[in-house]
Amino acid sequence: MADEITVVHVYPDLLGTYGDRGNVLALARRASGRGLRYRVIEVGLEDRLPRTADLYVIGGGEDSAQLLAARALLADDLSAAVLGAHTCFVVCAGLQLLSRGFEDGHGRRHQGLGLLDVECGRLEERAVGEIVTEPVDLPGVPTLTGYENHRGTAQLSGSARPLGRLVAGVGNGDARSEGVRQGHILATYLHGPALVRNPALADLLLTLAAGPLPAYDDPDVERLRDERLDVADPRRHRARRVLLGH
Amino acid sequence: MKRDRKPAGVVVTASGSTIPRRPGRTPPPGGRIRLARYAARAAAELSRRLRGGSGTVIAGRVLQVVAPEAVATLASGRDVTLVSGTNGKTSITALMVAALDDGRSVISNREGANTAAGIAGTLAGAGDGRVVLEVDEGWLPWAIRETAPGIVILSNLSRDQLSRHHEVGALAASWRAALAGVPLVVANADDPAVVWAALAARRQIWVAAGARWTADSLVCPACGGRCRQSAPGHGRGWGCDSCGLRRPHPDWALDGDALVGTDVRVPLELDLPGRFNLANAALALAAAATDGIDPRVAVTRVRDVRAVAGRYQRTRFRGHDLRILLAKNPAGWLELLDLMAPDTHPVVLLFNADGVDGRDPSWLYDVSFTPLRGRLVVVQGRRATDLLVRLELDGVEARSLPGTLAAALWEIPSGRVDVVGNYTAFQHALKEVRHG
Repeated sequence: MADEITVVHVYPDLLGTYGDRGNVLALARRASGRGLRYRVIEVGLEDRLPRTADLYVIGGGEDSAQLLAARALLADDLSAAVLGAHTCFVVCAGLQLLSRGFEDGHGRRHQGLGLLDVECGRLEERAVGEIVTEPVDLPGVPTLTGYENHRGTAQLSGSARPLGRLVAGVGNGDARSEGVRQGHILATYLHGPALVRNPALADLLLTLAAGPLPAYDDPDVERLRDERLDVADPRRHRARRVLLGH
Repeated sequence: MKRDRKPAGVVVTASGSTIPRRPGRTPPPGGRIRLARYAARAAAELSRRLRGGSGTVIAGRVLQVVAPEAVATLASGRDVTLVSGTNGKTSITALMVAALDDGRSVISNREGANTAAGIAGTLAGAGDGRVVLEVDEGWLPWAIRETAPGIVILSNLSRDQLSRHHEVGALAASWRAALAGVPLVVANADDPAVVWAALAARRQIWVAAGARWTADSLVCPACGGRCRQSAPGHGRGWGCDSCGLRRPHPDWALDGDALVGTDVRVPLELDLPGRFNLANAALALAAAATDGIDPRVAVTRVRDVRAVAGRYQRTRFRGHDLRILLAKNPAGWLELLDLMAPDTHPVVLLFNADGVDGRDPSWLYDVSFTPLRGRLVVVQGRRATDLLVRLELDGVEARSLPGTLAAALWEIPSGRVDVVGNYTAFQHALKEVRHG
């Protein structure tokens, strides 16, 4: 295990509308709880992306904020190369920015960084609500819980794989999948924040960045997961009905 | 800046000029509306007896079912002021009503029933008089269409209940479309989204009321360019890098705790706490001045406001001196944490995510709770665990104590306690304190 981890938080003010700053806080808690020194570099809209770090995090934002962020990222010649060479966790607008392209509220297509073999369109109706997925090929990561609030779809091709199989919610808009995993990029529409509600996912990212980690218990977070899954996971509803005999 | 009473049918602006009010449309209501009002009042009375509360919302629902055109008809010919914004609208409405209180009747939804049903219910039970209505920011376009207001007062636009409103930018665009043709807007000059929307109105009075929360003002609402709080060459205040949108020159400004106009300086000396209430009072007094009310007179009336719909109320309960506060979004929390920062006494935080609270509490991560470090903090409510985890990530030690507020207070040494809730949790606490 490395003894220090550096996380780059890309445009935290612009892309932090749905509480996604919490992802960086969750990473910090789970890293420092294991004795890892933890450093966050916040990148502003006028700054170049730091060329090297252990992990890059991008959050969600409104349509107009996403377009401004896209312009800034595309203006930095090396942003695609930097993000493509590192472990990234990107949410909602972050997913779309790393895709090949995405559609805005007026139906216009905009170019993304093309790091994900994904094309993002628009849902007919905005997806708002609790979402539950089963992770796909994420060792040690249990059911994912989050809150979605977006109009974006994600059509996967090439090397892109879904991050999760949809249990409840809308996700990528194909009634089957949620999010994207491609190489060292994990992308999702889950807010909540995702890494607060899914600490094993935070640990997976820390492991990719810093190597194997010792166990770390957080009973209050486990209680939060349980509460949210009790409400949102239809399998738990069915199990309760069976137990109660109706 | 003492002015004579305005002549009927005009609005007097801060600079003293006048603009005509919208003419009345349809005086006396017809038979169906009278029947609808009768049914609405009966429903309200029944609701009051059975469930307590004011019955305003149920009255409004009945009114709208029996006569869908009733709101427009009942508002027509009246002198209507609407108050909206993410934060402060209930307080501004209360302060505006106080400022106008010169013995004439003022009709208002003081208890905060601010959607279509609440507004309809308020009008259903209203007699003659000036109308001042708080309006939910999502319902503002509807309220403008139905009530044809002479004045609209706008405080701020920031993230709140995003599970319902989705995006602040979309809300600003809907305001801008709705405000076209409104005779006068009294608006916060320090909020870019508010300014952009207000510019669609026929005339504006700008109040430099401040905006502590700026995270929703980074993108220009007009062109999508970069909006900066201190733009080069823009002097004090915000401006867009790409287009001409910038902070307008204010007609009124806060200077410390005084409101300053062209030729008048009014120390506010409010009983209500916090910088945000100075901002609320500034908007109310600026709006009242357009009605010909001298702010030096109006301020003596607003100083008598000691609590707004239970907010800021100080009360003795279970051996504790409680101050009950409402914080329902990041902008509100930011202001409230400023207010609470100098104190060290215990805090009870109540948190739900029901209906009007918004279903998604992830906004808790948009504000730093570090000012609460070192204080005795107790959390309660149906989403207490969300808040507990959030506080832990900011290094704030807190305990979750399920049950009533009284049960939580049992665990806290007697003395001063701040009780802070989001909307439904706040209402619940207020009810418990009032009824034991």
